[in-house]
Amino acid sequence: METKPMRYIPNAEQDVREMLETIGVDSIDRLFDSLPKDVKLDRFLDVPGPWSEIEIRRSLTTMGFRNVRVDDKPSFLGGGVYMHHQPACIDQMLLRGEWLTAYTPYQPEVSQGTLQSIFEYQTHQSLLTGLDVANASLYDGSTAFVEGVLLAQRVAAKKNKVLVAKSIHPMYRETLRTYVQNLGLEIVEIGMAADGRVDLAAMKAACDERTFGIAIQSPNFFGVLEDYDAVREIADAAKAAKIAVVAEASSFGIVSPPGAHGFDIAVGEGQAWGIPMSFGGPYVGFMVVRDELKRHMPGRLVGETIDVDGKKAYVLTLATREQHIRRAKATSNICTNQALIALAANMYLSLLGRAGLREVASQCLQKAAYLKSKLAATGKVEFPFSGPVYNEFTIRTKRPARELLAALAGEGILGGVALDTWYPDRPNDYIAAVTEMNSAADIDRYAAAIAKAL
Amino acid sequence: MSEKTNTETAAAPKSTSFHNTAEELIFERSRTGRKGYQFPELDVKEEMLESLLPGSLLREDIEGETEVSEVDVIRHFTRLSKLNMSIDSGLYPLGSCTMKHNPRINEAMARREGFAYSHPLQPEHQVQGSLELIWQLEQTMMEIFGMPRVTLQPVAGAHGELTGILMVRKALAKQGNARKVILIPDSAHGTNPASAAFAGYTTKELKSNSHGTLDLDLLEREVTEDVAALMLTVPNTLGVFEGQIVKIADILHRKGAFLYCDGANLNAFVGVARPGDMGIDVIHSNLHKTFSTPHGGGGPGAGPVGVAKSLVPFLPAPTIERRDDGTFYQDFNRPDSIGRVRAWNGNFGVLVRALTYMRSMGGEGMRRMAEIAVLNANYIRARLKNAYHLPYSDPSLHEVVFDDKNQLVNDVHTLDIAKRLMDFGFHPPTIYFPLIVPGALMIEPTESEPKEELDAFCDAMLAIAREAAETPELVKSAPHTTPVRRLDEARAARQPILKWTPKA
Repeated sequence: METKPMRYIPNAEQDVREMLETIGVDSIDRLFDSLPKDVKLDRFLDVPGPWSEIEIRRSLTTMGFRNVRVDDKPSFLGGGVYMHHQPACIDQMLLRGEWLTAYTPYQPEVSQGTLQSIFEYQTHQSLLTGLDVANASLYDGSTAFVEGVLLAQRVAAKKNKVLVAKSIHPMYRETLRTYVQNLGLEIVEIGMAADGRVDLAAMKAACDERTFGIAIQSPNFFGVLEDYDAVREIADAAKAAKIAVVAEASSFGIVSPPGAHGFDIAVGEGQAWGIPMSFGGPYVGFMVVRDELKRHMPGRLVGETIDVDGKKAYVLTLATREQHIRRAKATSNICTNQALIALAANMYLSLLGRAGLREVASQCLQKAAYLKSKLAATGKVEFPFSGPVYNEFTIRTKRPARELLAALAGEGILGGVALDTWYPDRPNDYIAAVTEMNSAADIDRYAAAIAKAL
Repeated sequence: MSEKTNTETAAAPKSTSFHNTAEELIFERSRTGRKGYQFPELDVKEEMLESLLPGSLLREDIEGETEVSEVDVIRHFTRLSKLNMSIDSGLYPLGSCTMKHNPRINEAMARREGFAYSHPLQPEHQVQGSLELIWQLEQTMMEIFGMPRVTLQPVAGAHGELTGILMVRKALAKQGNARKVILIPDSAHGTNPASAAFAGYTTKELKSNSHGTLDLDLLEREVTEDVAALMLTVPNTLGVFEGQIVKIADILHRKGAFLYCDGANLNAFVGVARPGDMGIDVIHSNLHKTFSTPHGGGGPGAGPVGVAKSLVPFLPAPTIERRDDGTFYQDFNRPDSIGRVRAWNGNFGVLVRALTYMRSMGGEGMRRMAEIAVLNANYIRARLKNAYHLPYSDPSLHEVVFDDKNQLVNDVHTLDIAKRLMDFGFHPPTIYFPLIVPGALMIEPTESEPKEELDAFCDAMLAIAREAAETPELVKSAPHTTPVRRLDEARAARQPILKWTPKA
């Protein structure tokens, strides 16, 4: 079987001939002599291609058109993934080959760009969460949550029980169960009180001397902001670590962060920092901890140092925590992370900065309040939870949520996410999210469509 | 560049083009009142904040955050980018990392509006395109692996390893005994033992034989009723194919254990042979290595896992399925599934890029890719083997591992050789790995490199070998031309400074 030159593979027949001569074999096939004959394929793989760019565009564009895009219509979908604006310059910068086509900065002398950017990203994370030390990134919010729980367990010696609010994102909790299924952890889920916040009485009752950590999400999956101080008091009584999950990271602009309330570990999803929704990824998981926990952290950390000439420089550090050194005893198995998305987040946070992060959060908060008031004015909806919200909240009507949302979709409105998938006892409840992308006109249209559908 | 370094590096045939002025941190560029964004005026009635949020949860300010314009940001990140080496600028021969060309049509396709603006919680009928893409990619990977199913949920190689070992454990547990031990050769990647530990296993290291491959007698002895699986990298981290692979699988299977394949080195044999045909039960592949999705400074990646029939019931849920009418759906009804290993459907944008690449290559192109990758590595091996010591002389495939034995006589170490390569404009190879080779220099050129780039790299390596003999101090004090020189890494770990702190 002879193969032909291709656009991504420069060496053509003359190069190949010269190289084979240098190597001292007469054909490329001879280089594969170490493979057993009976496992070698005597055919090409049966897959489509090779295709030109024209054919690829035709095929994938057609596939893309079979999706309903959400950016050109009123969308109130949230549930852990939010449509925020990404300033145009960010994607342009990400496409620079120096960012896109570099690898993990193992060789700091030729990777200062990536290293300094991670150092800046770590700084943003610390400022936003009010905690001391951030790592270079984790896969996403769900796995960051898992790593946060595992970190809390590592430092707690023999304790093995973790209290997890049932209002933490359902997929995050599923991921936790998958990861720890063989690690002997006991996960106790704590339900919601009438205000939609975690049930503090149940939490207090479940928190004992075996409890190494308490995890809550704020805003939680129903959109309600938790009372960090009340949770801290319960955890402190049992010397349990306090873990905060944040799945809507734009909230840091206006909501007091976990670090300001004595929490030990903040983990979550950075998608809200203008990262495209892209059907679920790639996003960026973040983790920020109190200083005393830094040597137990998973993943990469970048630190400042100097070179032999005394010049300031950045380098991967505290690597003895990591798998390539510690192997089976590493704090995590993570190697490849989400560096390019962390870079996008660094650019986003830098562009918006002190005032812009405040403004985007303020717009989300105000517009959500506006939607809530417009819906209330229809007289046809209830809000099952009374607790304070940021940009997402739970709605109940007399119609099953799936049916109502389908009716709204018929009007060209993506009205929200039904909750019965994860909470079967809530067939008529759904959550709706509002961001700076939703205009007053969108919101008015939504309220009118609700009034009509009910 | 200073006068001094200019004379010192007169021997270097290729100059680097770094932006050599230190770039201050974005936080240090901040000036009161600057802004880099604009939002529409708030078009709804503004409520008092105090009426929306309780006082204890209201944030007044994010002290220390930036105040910069878009111009500041673009200049900053452009200048920072120039401090990086990248594949776009030249050979980046990190062994085991498969730093190949990242085609830009991949990027264009991932940015198609239908994909980029697709929300993972849209109803199924609104995301048929995304589901079809995942389904098509799975079909393609099934043929590449020679296996009946593939999950695309894992987002990195290590994530795939954990997924694979969790499936092994669940399958064994279902038979009544989850077993205790995972066997791992001493040449393996560090993620292997770490992943096995997170799946609840202890690990046992198998010493490689004098060829750097697995000792089958040792394996026979070590595969007891306690062993759940062997995690084997194929070809191994020396680039050497385990010629006895079929026998290895047989030894494990006879004892009811599984053969896990770390597919980090799949680029060596894609389209030449298929893991499923060798008796491998479970394999992960790194789409950011073999299938050209960009490494992005350390991610994002994707780590799909292929499984043999015996492991199919345990795949992460949901799977993506096609109905008879050609529509696609997510199947959550998988009672034996290990569960979800991540929210949503994996790094979908990475999957779009990988499928684009697979279509660009087709079956013929994938084979060409393995062939030329192996040719390029063997060419480097042939050109350098008289100057650098080859600790294992067995035939190697897509990468070649030298060590510093010849240079040590002049007290020149692998680290010095790596740093000196930077002065010649090349990113160093992977160094000090695999651990079974002291002073390893692990070189993987990939199929992306034209002969002249390989020649320039070999010329540089040969020049460094000469320098090591004639002017060893020049090598030992390298690099000389990079934006910063050798760093005080001990200081970074001893007194960690992990963020910028606002001046009081």
